[in-house]
Amino acid sequence: MRIVLTRRDDAPAWMALVSPLIAVALTLLSGAVMFALLGLDPLKALGVYFISPISDGWALQELAVKATPLILISVGLSLCYLSNNWNIGAEGQFVMGAIFGGWVAIATHGAANGPWVFPAMMLAGMLGGAALAMIPAILKTRLSVNEILTSLMLVYVAELLLDWLVRGPWRDPKGFNFPQSVMFDKEAQVMRLMADGRINLGTPIAIIVVVIAAIMMARTLKGFEIRLVGAAPRAARFAGFDEKRLTWTVFAISGALAGLAGIIEVSGTMGQLQPSVSPGYGFTAIIVAFLGRLNPIGCLIAGVVLAITFIGGENAQISLRLPLDVTRVFQGMLLFYVLACDAVLNYRIALVRTGGAAA
Amino acid sequence: MLPAPPLIEARTVVKRFGALLANDHVDLSVAEREVHALLGENGAGKSTLVKILYGLLQPTEGTLLWQGAPFSLRNPAEARQRGIGMVFQHFSLFDALTVAENVALALDGNESVARVSDRLAEVSRAYGLPLEPGREVWRLSVGERQRIEIVRCLMQSPRLLILDEPTSVLTPQECEGLFATLERVKAEGCAVLYISHKLEEVRRICESATILRHGKVVGNCDPRQESAASLAEMMVGSKVAPARHDRLTTAGEVRLAVTGLSLPSPDPHGTSLREVGLEVRAGEVFGIAGVAGNGQDELFAALSGEMLAEAAGTIRIDGVATGRLGINARRLMGGAFVPEERLGHAAAPAFRLSDNALASGHATNGFVQRGMIDRAATRVWVERVVKAFDVRKGPRDPEAKALSGGNLQKFIVGREILRNPRLLIVSQPTWGVDAGAASLIRQALIDLSRSGAAVLVISQDLDELFEIADRMAVIFHGRISSPLDTEGLRREAVGLLMGGAGFAADAVDEAA
Repeated sequence: MRIVLTRRDDAPAWMALVSPLIAVALTLLSGAVMFALLGLDPLKALGVYFISPISDGWALQELAVKATPLILISVGLSLCYLSNNWNIGAEGQFVMGAIFGGWVAIATHGAANGPWVFPAMMLAGMLGGAALAMIPAILKTRLSVNEILTSLMLVYVAELLLDWLVRGPWRDPKGFNFPQSVMFDKEAQVMRLMADGRINLGTPIAIIVVVIAAIMMARTLKGFEIRLVGAAPRAARFAGFDEKRLTWTVFAISGALAGLAGIIEVSGTMGQLQPSVSPGYGFTAIIVAFLGRLNPIGCLIAGVVLAITFIGGENAQISLRLPLDVTRVFQGMLLFYVLACDAVLNYRIALVRTGGAAA
Repeated sequence: MLPAPPLIEARTVVKRFGALLANDHVDLSVAEREVHALLGENGAGKSTLVKILYGLLQPTEGTLLWQGAPFSLRNPAEARQRGIGMVFQHFSLFDALTVAENVALALDGNESVARVSDRLAEVSRAYGLPLEPGREVWRLSVGERQRIEIVRCLMQSPRLLILDEPTSVLTPQECEGLFATLERVKAEGCAVLYISHKLEEVRRICESATILRHGKVVGNCDPRQESAASLAEMMVGSKVAPARHDRLTTAGEVRLAVTGLSLPSPDPHGTSLREVGLEVRAGEVFGIAGVAGNGQDELFAALSGEMLAEAAGTIRIDGVATGRLGINARRLMGGAFVPEERLGHAAAPAFRLSDNALASGHATNGFVQRGMIDRAATRVWVERVVKAFDVRKGPRDPEAKALSGGNLQKFIVGREILRNPRLLIVSQPTWGVDAGAASLIRQALIDLSRSGAAVLVISQDLDELFEIADRMAVIFHGRISSPLDTEGLRREAVGLLMGGAGFAADAVDEAA
């Protein structure tokens, strides 16, 4: 016996929207089973996980803070994935953005700085992320090196570079030998929007990015080029689009957005560089991109959903004494169900007895 | 005494692919020692039917009988055991292996290569199919490759030999050789099922014919008793008018001039262009004939600008050196291009027609203003093409893959012609297209040229070129012959060129 998948050409368009909803429902159901097996009341546990993060104003602000980097990164990744460029290294580009942007803050530390410091940091962060992302892009176009491997491996390069910097040259001399940089000056921190919470300017920036990306994909020739190169590369060449140049462009954009997310995270919520600056945003954003159908608006919604799992995981640690790994389990299940639902809805599945048709 | 039952018979065979009914209660019977034609347009269900007879597909309904007894085939190996051999349109040969190694791999037993090699030499001699067992396949011409496939089948002493469009890759002379072989195969007691849409050759070599249209059998006849026109009518379901063609009176100025164009193929199994030279004038249709794989793809890529030439001056449009310009720059100079592959090259399968109009027209048609797409303009353009070229498409703006081959081809050709190009370069304009669409497209190409454009048609269909081209040249191993006037031209002369006769000696050496 073997399983044969045949593509359904008649899959209706609404399925593309329903499929992620089914995936979320199945994730919740599996989560309930998992909690029951762990001896917890499934409803209460799911409540802690998925309701408490959206239950009050403070929690909603936390949600926005967590969703912001996910949205920024996943919008960039969507452009890559739509055009058949498999950038898996957004985590590293995020860290590199934090390093470049952080350098501006550390270099200007203590000097009487004007309002230019913050934009300069954002710009440096974007440059850092884009620079790291260009390495796999150039290797791919010049030497046909697989970008999945190179972009992924560069994550560790960026993380180790940050680790070395905060333990070595950038360590705060007055920091009691802790591996961390100086606290950034007030001018070098992202503006908070509320007096009583952590929501900051990063969130509106992410929303603006979503809007720009949505317009670009729907209305501009560049968006058309991205979709065409991914869907039919030969037809794209016939249309006169340069596939290599586009690879550079989308890697640069997605790297820049990951870098921007990195510097916003560091200067907005931490206020300094530490050995680790990300709970895995760059990887989780891959799930966000696919859950959001590689669509900017979809990424906005999916980013919020995944942010809930981060905060729910923290809450569950405190009130249910569950390990943080449960968060990973939820994220993994979600990605699995998204891909599985797509497969089941887009393909007809049949069991075929072996020895039958060889075609 | 009852007459002997047919060798193989298919009764009310139905094959369904999802919503598509590829074979709709088809009956077919082939007698012993008979050369039987299976006629039909592309998409009529011929290939589906023979794949069922060869065990590659399972019928949804219906029965197969072998000498009167029902049987079923679970896979091609079972078909071969029964004595059914098949030569496919696209060969499955390993380029790097020798002829004997390829044959040994495909045989179901485990004979040594040396033993296979001896038997192969024997069979190829007996049937007059010269082959050297020790030669690597990549050195062989397409015709020789087909011989390997035929010999491979004959070595299993088949009772029924199925040939799928065998002459589509052959020169006229190679076709003659094939026909002689089939005579011998028949004399040895083997029946032949011959799939084709070429009526003249079916009339010559087949004793009976089954005609398919839209998955149904629409007739059985003895093709020797029919005329090509009556066969075509049965195949298509209506009368087909040949393209109206006034003789060219005055050739205009040179629109496209190619001189000394040499270009290595990026594909290791592709054909490099060598010192290609040709001129296409305003007002004429210029044909490039040739057997598949002689550099047609590379020539199209070089002329369209998908692949850049090494020197700008080797390709000139209206006298301007364009060899180093991309495809959109050439479009802006009045060039228009229709590649061979409809889905995936000329059109993106999952994109709507309006997006496919945008793909080839974004530089020239005013669809884009300051980077923003004018969707309404692309839809209006689609409607114009649809109306002018009779594209039947169902919904308002369907995806390209939802159209039939003929309708999509009309759209793809139409979207270029409606731009009133000064130069149109088109490859295989009617490949795999139904006869109605083919005649509309051919007429459109002629009309475009008569309105003052230069039209270059690259085609492997010699009948097509004789119908529409004013002049033609032959491409062989990346070289192009001197141009020939179609009027008064003999097919044999073109056939010889297609086989490499008359080309520089070194080109022929490489072929041998």
